[in-house]
Amino acid sequence: MTTTTPTPQAVNAPIRGRRSPLASVALHLTLIVASVIAVFPVLWVLLTSLKPAKYATTTDFFKETTVENYTNLLRDTPFLTWFGNSLLVAGLTTVVGVFISATTGYAVSRFRFPGKRGLMWTLLITQMFPVAVLIVPIYNIMASLGLLNRSAGLVITYLTIAVPFCAWMMKGFFDGIPREIDESGYVDGLTPFGTFWRLILPLAKPGIAVTAFYSFITAWGEVAYASAFMVGDENMTLAGGLQKFVNQYGAQWGPMTAASVLIAIPAALVFLFAQRHLVTGMSAGAVKG
Amino acid sequence: MAVDTPSQSVVKAAGDHARGRSRGTGPKRRAPKRSLATHWYAWAMVAPVVIVIAVIIGYPLGRGIYLSLTDANERNVARTIGVNEIPATYEFVGLDNYKAALTGSQFLSTLGWTVLWTVSCVTITFALGLVFANILNRKFAGRSVYRMMLILPWAIPGFVSVFAWRFLYDERRGMLNQILTGAGLDGVPWLNDPTWAKFAVIAVNVWLGVPFMMVALLGGLQSIPGELYEAAEMDGANAWQRFRNITLPGLRSVSTTVLLLSTIWTFNMFPVIFLLTGGGPGDATQILVTQAYQFSFQISPRDFAQSSTWGVLILVLLMAFAAIYRRVLRKQGEVW
Repeated sequence: MTTTTPTPQAVNAPIRGRRSPLASVALHLTLIVASVIAVFPVLWVLLTSLKPAKYATTTDFFKETTVENYTNLLRDTPFLTWFGNSLLVAGLTTVVGVFISATTGYAVSRFRFPGKRGLMWTLLITQMFPVAVLIVPIYNIMASLGLLNRSAGLVITYLTIAVPFCAWMMKGFFDGIPREIDESGYVDGLTPFGTFWRLILPLAKPGIAVTAFYSFITAWGEVAYASAFMVGDENMTLAGGLQKFVNQYGAQWGPMTAASVLIAIPAALVFLFAQRHLVTGMSAGAVKG
Repeated sequence: MAVDTPSQSVVKAAGDHARGRSRGTGPKRRAPKRSLATHWYAWAMVAPVVIVIAVIIGYPLGRGIYLSLTDANERNVARTIGVNEIPATYEFVGLDNYKAALTGSQFLSTLGWTVLWTVSCVTITFALGLVFANILNRKFAGRSVYRMMLILPWAIPGFVSVFAWRFLYDERRGMLNQILTGAGLDGVPWLNDPTWAKFAVIAVNVWLGVPFMMVALLGGLQSIPGELYEAAEMDGANAWQRFRNITLPGLRSVSTTVLLLSTIWTFNMFPVIFLLTGGGPGDATQILVTQAYQFSFQISPRDFAQSSTWGVLILVLLMAFAAIYRRVLRKQGEVW
């Protein structure tokens, strides 16, 4: 990240050479403690997943290493099916979510139209909805639309969670892109949508990275809707499946930790891809939002 | 501006007429098209969001408000048993549910804890986020590695990290208590004692929330021009004065947004409470949303009316909060 955005910090940083060695030590100590706290729970799950069952709850970091937990998990549960379902749902949510929040964000950023302020308010208010209370009515809608137990139903539901925030972010982001670029598009005879699609969207990559990351994480980790809407092993997402697994296996930490690791990996990959853009994306989105 | 052509001015006037206050995003430099055509474009671009929100949020909201005015529960709603369709028999009861909720002790005590939970989570998260954003905004060896590690909790799906914490908190075999007993101290009933459980859920939510706060504030810090700091240093301002008079005002706009959003999110933070303690022990960590969920899913008979009533009240409280927040900002001259 240091290499990708060198200028702002270089300008921003306090004058160098003024930090005493003591202050440096304090700085690094603070950061090390914080990093340990941030990483440890996740690391501990990873370590536990590699221990044989009899040592699962010991505090030894490495006693015996085994992949038994993983092989058992893959053998005993339709883990791969769940995994595939989750990938499909989260992938669709990300693609559709990014697209419609980008168009909405662009419209709100560039055009003034009747209903704009109302829309901005609605996007904010939508985030205030208590998920728990919406489950039953949304369940009924999905049932009447025949979307229960289908990925499409979950995708639509997740869009209502992800899109309001993403549209806000994208609006802030587009606000930061000079209008002259739109003008040049019109001069070249592009339609407003053409301008958006060909000129502005490519410039908004950091914003897209943030919204993609947010949409993916939202859909990937959601439990409440997934376990309410999806019935039967073959349609379950990972989150819902794992919930069932917890109830079924009680405190069997071994398989549970292995499952957690396997779930965390795709999210971590998306994160790695997006993290270079997170800070710039967030700054543009949130500052102007 | 000066370059406005006549037709653009017409568009501008039409736009101004159509909708009140300008946010500086006026159509003055838009292509010379008639306003109707432009509006058509804007509407088409927002249509997918509007339709999805109208169907998936609008209907449930209407239905929720309706149910909160009835005595609907599992026994009297329309349902299908085998081949028999049983019609709904619940009745309209007016505002009785609201009266019951607002005069009974359960709603108010849950609300008390929800407010305490929201305020502590948001304050601690914001303070920590501010501290680490400021540290990470300096230049020093290994900065990007630290940043990666500090953002990590955000990258892990919430239910996995909540599970990890449950594992650490486990009273008999959890890591935390093993460390405590190893040091000769008594283990702590992290999730089984009302007070400790409150502490534990707040800790986990802060752990989950700091990365978002930190990244947002870091972005805000990077948009503050460095010249301001240089000028202040020349004028002899010390570190605290620079922080107080440049950093904080510079972070104002990003802070107002993230504070509003994270207050809303924390107030309705279902997964952390639900997965970590399930609202327990007893109802000690039950916030409004988890309690509303419990009414419609976990008690028998499932009480849809009460659940909806609580849901509507949550929404009203948050909307009131957002409106007041906005008004205060506006009084201070903030455009939002």
